[in-house]
Amino acid sequence: MSSKFKPPIGNLSQISGKCISLVGDDIDTDRIIPARFLKCIDFDSLGKYVFDDDRKTLKGNHPFDLETNKGASILVVNSNFGCGSSREHAPQALMRWGIKAIIGESFADIFYSNCIAIGIPCFTLPKKSIKEIQKYQDIENLFLEIDLFESTAKAEELKFNLEIKETSKKMFLSGEWDATSKLLENKELIDNRLNSLPYIQFNSDSF
Amino acid sequence: MSQDTLFDKVWDLHKVANLPGGSDQILIGLHLIHEVTSPQAFGALKDKNLKVKFPQRTVATVDHIVPTDNQSRPFKDNLAEQMIDTLEKNCIEHKIKFFNIGSGNQGIVHVVAPELGLTQPGMTIACGDSHTSTHGAFGSIAFGIGTSQVRDVLATQTIAMNKLKVRQIWCENKLSNGIYAKDLVLHIINQLGVKAGVGYAYEFAGPAISALSMEERMTICNMSIEGGARCGYINPDEKTFSYMKNKLCSPQNENWGKAVKWWKSLESSDNCIYDDVFKLDASKVEPTITWGITPGQSIGVNQKIPSLNEINPNDQFIAEEAYEYMGFKPGQSIKNTPIDVCFIGSCTNGRISDLRVAAKILKHNKVAKHIKAFVVPGSEKVAKEAKKEGLDKIFIKAGFQWREPGCSMCLAMNSDKLIGNQVSASSSNRNFKGRQGSPNGRTLLMSPAMVAAASLTGKVSDVRDFINK
Repeated sequence: MSSKFKPPIGNLSQISGKCISLVGDDIDTDRIIPARFLKCIDFDSLGKYVFDDDRKTLKGNHPFDLETNKGASILVVNSNFGCGSSREHAPQALMRWGIKAIIGESFADIFYSNCIAIGIPCFTLPKKSIKEIQKYQDIENLFLEIDLFESTAKAEELKFNLEIKETSKKMFLSGEWDATSKLLENKELIDNRLNSLPYIQFNSDSF
Repeated sequence: MSQDTLFDKVWDLHKVANLPGGSDQILIGLHLIHEVTSPQAFGALKDKNLKVKFPQRTVATVDHIVPTDNQSRPFKDNLAEQMIDTLEKNCIEHKIKFFNIGSGNQGIVHVVAPELGLTQPGMTIACGDSHTSTHGAFGSIAFGIGTSQVRDVLATQTIAMNKLKVRQIWCENKLSNGIYAKDLVLHIINQLGVKAGVGYAYEFAGPAISALSMEERMTICNMSIEGGARCGYINPDEKTFSYMKNKLCSPQNENWGKAVKWWKSLESSDNCIYDDVFKLDASKVEPTITWGITPGQSIGVNQKIPSLNEINPNDQFIAEEAYEYMGFKPGQSIKNTPIDVCFIGSCTNGRISDLRVAAKILKHNKVAKHIKAFVVPGSEKVAKEAKKEGLDKIFIKAGFQWREPGCSMCLAMNSDKLIGNQVSASSSNRNFKGRQGSPNGRTLLMSPAMVAAASLTGKVSDVRDFINK
């Protein structure tokens, strides 16, 4: 399946860009990409439908529609972002809109692992710091430079110490975050483990 | 760190290796796929020139996009047709068992796998669907994954994952008459909140859980994810084994005894260690309904919608958003809220016992005039059994539409959708903004019995007034 969009590859250590702030707790994946857009066999067209219902409701005033947020690549969110459905379509839609990293108070589990799997690092900051960034956003667009190795985000007068899971950080810095090839390296171990499972012995494969 | 719980035992058994980044490589014993989250994964395999490593460990069915009124092919919706067609082709190409429409075994993936005996204690089960936690009702470790991880399971039968912490949720005493598993799980999510489960597996235990049937246990584990927990499970017991006996894919003959012996050894040990324990009194649970836009925003049927100062400060922001979206005021009663649409179905509450409970309430009664009511059996097997018992006739006579199996209006990927700001009484699992197909549609989650009661009066009602008559 070939598509024009080029997902990130290799090691990720620096991400710089304009911030886009989306205020709200428990923003679920149905809101990020409503279910009707999951009727597709690839992810290519999803970028333009990100937050489709919310955007239509706000008639041009949604952060993802504001002219000032055009070209933004660092999404700043509140708590439990991406809860609900496991649809990878949600981070895929964000990525295709232009999001390269997300900073938030907290993330839902499956959404977080989907982001990591496709190369969107997710960082956490305390509520207070998120509020500070989001407030700043009301006045003018903030540009942040994220350094993954140092786990910091810097603007002219601001500096934040970002939290990221150690496993995710190592993966991005080493460039080995495309899991499939890593997993395949343990081919023999997989075979052995599978054959040693008790239920493989007492189940037939004849369904 | 937890020790010697069922979760620890099953995790350790399936651990293939420590990965360089620090996460574990975990073997997936059973992989379930459906039409929505698999096509891109198969596409990625093709791009990488990879094959499905163990095709016999993946099973497919079609559920999310299927129409429930007319299932003849090609589907009227071209995109839906394209998705089922893609799944059919992928299953043929990769030699994956596919339970298609008309096979007798099609249905919602989380209804189908248990009824076929595919779901078993001690397995790791993954599926590109967050409600995979359902299968934990059997003492399996089951969780939802995204499409990239579906690709990884297809290619390697493993995924990279960090081990979860384990929280035991101990449910003391028993549920009262007229209170169901759905009420209990909504209550649990309300008490702990929708984010408390992030990073955890939930072990549901205690007398109230032991007393539940297997189908009720599935309802509980199904909604673990609504509390933030990717995985929820219940230690297997005699009820588990008797449910599984003689299922199509259950161990047969001399293997049955061996299997039961092993399954019993998986139970969380008496001296196991949990990362956290939460206790609640199940006898205090009331018929529970959501009033807001997260599954945690719920109250008992006779309670009033909470005011801001009754809500945890961390949840006030989303509460304000909920008042506005739902058009409800703090202090307002939820009882007698007018309903437009009644939906019974979904992987949470679309099983035969759910249909039986609802039919009992509907028998010899009529749905209120303005109500659109429909019932969507969770699987072809559920539909067949319901017809055998005459439940379909009871539903139809009461004024419900009887539909074909699928996910339907739980997530509204087919043509079953709310219109405008309609209010639905729904036995499904999510009341998110826009979830049921209309950007301003409103969902009240409740048990199937409560949906049946609401359908008769046309407004939110206490089901106990109907069953105690």
